[in-house]
Amino acid sequence: MSDDKNETEGAQGPGEDGRRRERVIGTPSPAREKALLAEDDISAPAGVGEQLDEASMKRAERIVATFFLVAFAASVAFIAYFIGWSGRDGGMHGVVRARESNFWLGGTMALSFIAMAVGVTIWVRRLMTSKPIVQERHELAADEETRAAFAQDFLEGAEDSGITKRPLLRRTLLLAAAPLGLAPLVLLRDLGPLPEKRLRHTYWGEAVKKAQAEGKKGVRLVVDGTNKPLRVSDFSSPGGMITVLPEGIEEEVPEEQVLTQNAKAVTILINVPADKFKPAKGRENWHVNGIVAYSKVCTHVGCPAALYEQTTHHILCPCHQSTFDATDAAKVIFGPAARPLPQLPLSVEDGYIVATSDYHEPVGPSFWERG
Amino acid sequence: MSQATPPKAIEGTLGFIDERLGSTTFFRRNVKKVFPDHWSFMLGEIALYSFIILLLTGTFLTLWFKPSMVEVVYDGSYTKLQGVKMSEAYDSTLHISFDVRGGLLMRQIHHWAAILFMASILAHMLRVFFTGAYRKPRELNWLIGIGMFTLGMLEGLFGYSLPDDLLSGTGLRITQGVAESIPLVGTYIYMFLFGGEFPGQDIVPRLYMLHILLIPALILGMVTAHMMIMWHQKHTAMPVKNQTEQQVYGYPFYPVFMAKTGAYFLFTFGVVALLGAFAQINPIWLFGPYDPGAISSGSQPDWYMGVLEGALRIMPNWEITAWGHTLSLNVLIPAAVPLGIVFGGAAAWPFIEAWVTGDKRQHHVNTRPRNAPVRTATGMAAVTFYGLLWLAGANDVLAERFHVSLFATTWFFRVTVFLGPLIAFIVTKRICLGLQRKDADTIGHGVESGVILMSPEGRFSERHEAPREEEKTVILSKENARPEAPARDAEGIPAPGSKGPLGHLRSRLNRAWTFDDIPVEEHEHGHSDQKAIESGSEQVKH
Amino acid sequence: MKRITAWRRRPWAGYAVVLAALAAIGVVYAGFSPRSDRAEAQSSAQAAQDLKHGQELFNKNCASCHGLNAEGTKDAKGKPIAPSLIGVGAASVDFQVSTGRMPAMNPGAQVPRKEPIPDFNTSIKTDYEEPEKREAAEKQKAQAEKNLADLRAWIASLGGGPEVPPASAVDPDKGDVALGGKLFRTNCAQCHNFTGQGGALTGGKYAPPLSGDDVTPTQMYEAMVTGPQAMPVFNDTTLTPQDKQAIISYLVKTREEPNPGGNGLGRIGPVSEGLAGWLIGIGLLVLAAMWITAKKPKKLKKS
Repeated sequence: MSDDKNETEGAQGPGEDGRRRERVIGTPSPAREKALLAEDDISAPAGVGEQLDEASMKRAERIVATFFLVAFAASVAFIAYFIGWSGRDGGMHGVVRARESNFWLGGTMALSFIAMAVGVTIWVRRLMTSKPIVQERHELAADEETRAAFAQDFLEGAEDSGITKRPLLRRTLLLAAAPLGLAPLVLLRDLGPLPEKRLRHTYWGEAVKKAQAEGKKGVRLVVDGTNKPLRVSDFSSPGGMITVLPEGIEEEVPEEQVLTQNAKAVTILINVPADKFKPAKGRENWHVNGIVAYSKVCTHVGCPAALYEQTTHHILCPCHQSTFDATDAAKVIFGPAARPLPQLPLSVEDGYIVATSDYHEPVGPSFWERG
Repeated sequence: MSQATPPKAIEGTLGFIDERLGSTTFFRRNVKKVFPDHWSFMLGEIALYSFIILLLTGTFLTLWFKPSMVEVVYDGSYTKLQGVKMSEAYDSTLHISFDVRGGLLMRQIHHWAAILFMASILAHMLRVFFTGAYRKPRELNWLIGIGMFTLGMLEGLFGYSLPDDLLSGTGLRITQGVAESIPLVGTYIYMFLFGGEFPGQDIVPRLYMLHILLIPALILGMVTAHMMIMWHQKHTAMPVKNQTEQQVYGYPFYPVFMAKTGAYFLFTFGVVALLGAFAQINPIWLFGPYDPGAISSGSQPDWYMGVLEGALRIMPNWEITAWGHTLSLNVLIPAAVPLGIVFGGAAAWPFIEAWVTGDKRQHHVNTRPRNAPVRTATGMAAVTFYGLLWLAGANDVLAERFHVSLFATTWFFRVTVFLGPLIAFIVTKRICLGLQRKDADTIGHGVESGVILMSPEGRFSERHEAPREEEKTVILSKENARPEAPARDAEGIPAPGSKGPLGHLRSRLNRAWTFDDIPVEEHEHGHSDQKAIESGSEQVKH
Repeated sequence: MKRITAWRRRPWAGYAVVLAALAAIGVVYAGFSPRSDRAEAQSSAQAAQDLKHGQELFNKNCASCHGLNAEGTKDAKGKPIAPSLIGVGAASVDFQVSTGRMPAMNPGAQVPRKEPIPDFNTSIKTDYEEPEKREAAEKQKAQAEKNLADLRAWIASLGGGPEVPPASAVDPDKGDVALGGKLFRTNCAQCHNFTGQGGALTGGKYAPPLSGDDVTPTQMYEAMVTGPQAMPVFNDTTLTPQDKQAIISYLVKTREEPNPGGNGLGRIGPVSEGLAGWLIGIGLLVLAAMWITAKKPKKLKKS
């Protein structure tokens, strides 16, 4: 074992063989590492460094080779399947062929890798005879002398540059750098619009305004997915629930805006038994015989709160289990949501259920300016 | 020994490189670099190799994936969705799955590799923590590791959001809700992130850029730094025979370690391919395209985001509204506090521990978990905390599978998330001390041999034998606690390290760290180990 | 090889399911369809006799909870024990009895699906080899269908309500799968999960899985139209029969569809995936690491 431990990084002393060691640019520090074969009392794992029995080595070699051959066969099978079979009848299309392709390509690939891994492992374990060796660990820090020398160099440099002596230079440099650092942030400004009042209204407001301009009472509710406007009589079964949107949202909103408007306007319509229903103060005429509409956007973090239990009249959000009471103005009864689901004022016009105004409060999660 | 000179081709190449880079000195020095052997040292390698798999398969996927939210009508080969409106991102992901040969396999391998990447980082970090391998001089690598795990979480979240299916859209919806809840700047961050209101048309292309360029580049840089630092500092070793602070004992890099790690590289590829071939992951065709009005029960994120999901689920509904402003504690606390505690705590731990123990030495030999009871117990408390939140993220699945009330599971987690870590701390510490006692017994008393002796007087006793040399080395690797000088000496002068409230705290923590340590040391024959235990912390070992 | 065989077999199992389901529908339909023109085709005496038989079955199996006149019962505190069945309709009876939920064994958070009682078990095995055994089973099945039809008729006679859908209305091959998927994800998946695996509700209740082969298209239709237990009602004017058929098509096609990516891991999403990643992925790799770093075998030493 080496005994000159004081030879450290950066020191220009003679190397282990008396030769000067040259520093290689881009390599880790030339901390000297001296590999010594383990001597005397090294209790290596059994078998290591032993002269292996020629016959068992031959056997091991054959085993490893077999695994490599399996790996070879599997990769050939992978290629053969891909070229010869996966592209039949005009290529892979659909679930059944994707399943077949995934099975064969994945299976042969896995087999190939694992067979090769097993082969290499057996090779290392049975054929390599390297003994475990001992190496020194080195002090990572430089010695006092080197540190002092570097500190000296550093100070000399600083002195020479004048940055310590000339505060005007130093300060104007900092001044020059500061706005330069801020400039990229300015560039990010056009990532999106400012919030303004965007979060405070939904497409219901626009649709109601349009309908009222035509002399109607409000906008009809259509079933999400089929766009069928709902009559009161259509939705008369107690315990009913359906997802609705304002009529015209699919047709009149620019195509790239449809999902965005949907995401705020989506509403659940519930038929709560009239005898159980307790309309909130000021909202006595917001329901139609127990047919009541709440925003489907959870007030917690915005998942669709859509799970309605007709026995308990609970509306549950499946994401984080906020639970609202449909009979009691969607009051929160459990879970992390802090506010009730906003309610949409409903009325009847020509037998159709209509919304007579936008939500009176912002839908969805709370935000700082919400108030 | 083999031939004196390597084959011409190799010599020629080496010569070519050496004359230009002077590389042979480096090779010469490192070719026999020693790597200590232990199975748990390979956990980190899973992450490295998974990362390589992620880069390869990810590149493949980009060849077909279209990061666009423009609406198209599907007319591909998956019949159940024909005629459905969807984004181009979802459409192209279906195309990769059903019309590109090997595309589904690559998608699945990519996703499985991501899951293994994160899982192996966590497993590796637990190994590093419980063996004390993060101590000086390796704190920087520990911090890099925490950084990589955090970046990995973001990378994963962004990655599984790209296909724009219903599940990933739900994840984005939650991300949006969390962003919106940030005080003061929340709505601005929301608008800037999504380029307008949710979902808009910008988020997928933006996440795509982050997912395939920025974050992988950062992770790649950190991986490189992590490996170079490890190489330079040399790997830690388990406290076994021949391993000391001054020397490392193990197999040379070339050829043994190289072959071993090569084999492990292949194993990682093999296992990921196995999963990709036989276990379906993220079947987006079953989830359908994103639709803000639709949702599924059991909507969960990938496992590494489960902690956040769990915290969001069990948080009570606290919200403060005052002076026209709303502060959503019900979102902010779960989003920031639990991970802040776990990651912030983990990042600060090496420095806190060094401060408390006053140990500023370098450590290259790991500690057995039992020999640092406070550390091990703290680690287990953190594991319990993380694990409970993680389970809470699946509380609906648990409620459904085990037929318990949903709200009961929420309450269960609300309570245990505080109690669990406490219990885990106490129990773990007791176990550690028990194991220390056993070690002291083994050293002092020897190992029960099973041989019963009868003395001339007719008394029976069991013969105890000295432990094997290897075992003894492992047990004696324990560094017995060195209690500090009392806070005040005989004259009432405070010790220099314990002045002021901070110093007071430090010396109290130091006592908590060491007071119940059970010294394990060799005694001369005849000494009873009982005595050693009773005399307790007065014993000082240098 | 065994595994591959099993895999190969799976699609056939799927077809068998469809066939069984279709057969069941056909049988139900056959037992039921004469009803509409019964007034003309059959003598009213026969109809009256059937009704009487239905009432007898009701008295024997249902009246203890639902009351002799199906008016429902309450306990001493006025809390309902069993609801009134007046106006629930034939569809509700068919759903509750054919899924084995009624007669209920013991009241819990939710009445679970189970094997129907023998009197009403229309899905018994009849494909025996031995002719006499088969004949007996077929006879028993026919009797069960007759019993169920009579019971339905009796309840329907008390006050109308939704009827059992005709087989053509629930044929999964005729629905618009794409529309069905959209409607399912918007209105059903929040409880039953994307792929119909079911999910948790409050208070220990749950949305049952729809992925099993025993959930017939007729039962799906009946559940939507009657809203059993906690499930909301989707009547025919909100979701039209075509919409319902689309949903049924989506569900049946989804559960028949093989998993292209290998084992479906329960099709419940990331929870089982994370579990598989940790247990199988990390598990296998830890075993590999232990093997690679294990001590070398002794036997290779030269003696």
